[in-house]
Amino acid sequence: MSAPVFTFSTVALDSNDLRRQLADPASGGFCAFEGWVRNNNEGHDVTRLEYEAFAELAIKEGQRIIDEAVKKFGVNRAACVHRVGSLNIGDIAVWVGVSSGHRDEAFKACRYIIDEVKHRVPIWKKEHYVNGDSGWVNCERCAEHAHDHHHGHSHA
Amino acid sequence: MKLNIRYYAILREQAGKSAESLDSDATTPAALFEQLQARYPFTLNASQLKVAVNTEFRAWNTPLKDGDSVVFIPPVAGG
Repeated sequence: MSAPVFTFSTVALDSNDLRRQLADPASGGFCAFEGWVRNNNEGHDVTRLEYEAFAELAIKEGQRIIDEAVKKFGVNRAACVHRVGSLNIGDIAVWVGVSSGHRDEAFKACRYIIDEVKHRVPIWKKEHYVNGDSGWVNCERCAEHAHDHHHGHSHA
Repeated sequence: MKLNIRYYAILREQAGKSAESLDSDATTPAALFEQLQARYPFTLNASQLKVAVNTEFRAWNTPLKDGDSVVFIPPVAGG
């Protein structure tokens, strides 16, 4: 088993390239999740996003999440790549992939990784709106959202 | 003592800088953040933030040492 990895990318993600690193003769199942940049959020028309990360800590925390998923679900390989910088509608913001002996643990590990990344990894997202405004997601209206860990900004 | 502070996202914009070194008598991240709140127009309060010291999550009452690197972490929004 190769080392599981959490990384950042400043360039567009190519899911075909990414899935190849999870190929494993012992794996009979592969599951991936892609978060895409959506053109709307909470009733606002979004034109683009900027992602910013506290990279040193984010990589450590992201790697811990992947290690947890591998241990908890017994999968063969797992990886997560997150974009930073300016993204356009439809771009892949985050890619999670897992390969394992059977499908069930692949689905579960994939879900675990994306959920934990969204809650724990120090990455921030600034939305730019059609009307020219912009705002840091979860920060501009924190009184409403600060304690709601399930508040939805999923791209799914 | 000298503390190295880095700012990200909304805190970076409100501080108007990405990083600074400060001479401070703050002995904990909680005390340091109070001093910074007096200096910058931060809209988030400490209860909405987490804190990292030397690139690891730490409690707000962690004792700070000369040369420590401190980052206040706004609510995250990856994915």
